[in-house]
Amino acid sequence: MKVIVNGKETNVSENPTVNEVLAELKVKMPDMVTVELNGAILDRKTFDDTRIHPGDRMEFLYFMGGGGR
Amino acid sequence: MQLIIERNIYDTMLRAATAAMPLEACGLCGGKDGHVTRFYEVVNADASDEHFNMRPEDQFAAVKALRSEQLELLAIWHSHPATPARMSAEDLRLAYTPDIVYLIMSIADPATPVLRGFTVAEGRDSPVDIVVPTLSD
Repeated sequence: MKVIVNGKETNVSENPTVNEVLAELKVKMPDMVTVELNGAILDRKTFDDTRIHPGDRMEFLYFMGGGGR
Repeated sequence: MQLIIERNIYDTMLRAATAAMPLEACGLCGGKDGHVTRFYEVVNADASDEHFNMRPEDQFAAVKALRSEQLELLAIWHSHPATPARMSAEDLRLAYTPDIVYLIMSIADPATPVLRGFTVAEGRDSPVDIVVPTLSD
């Protein structure tokens, strides 16, 4: 089925979970990404339970942080 | 590798770093072909003088804004209010985003700010040439 991932139309399996999409897209270090689904940022704890539907818009970015010391 | 940063973008970064003192400031830089033409300051959710943690809502908003202009995310910027412009151990450990330049602006000496850039691969940083054209360029 087709969804929009980071602004690009992308084919994924039928109604996968968020974690399954990250795996299908071979996203490295998936534990370090933040996911937004249809405009709402998801709690990481829901990645295994939240299913993606045709036409959904999913965005993911890596955690961005650090420190000077 | 080289990253060109528009003078007005550099000035905006410096103002953000100075305004945030003594806390770390952070932001995202976008553009095309190694030429930074957009800067989005991002809220440091840690509000710390030793750490930064970009607020996710701001990250997504910046990336979408860049995409709407057919621009790309080129660099992740943050300030070091009291330490040199180098990748700290924590900066290296948390450098998860691939294919990006990490920009660090030190204002430890406010009279002589220093901006340096790095790429990170396999936990090691490599310097990036940073070019900020002067007004006469």
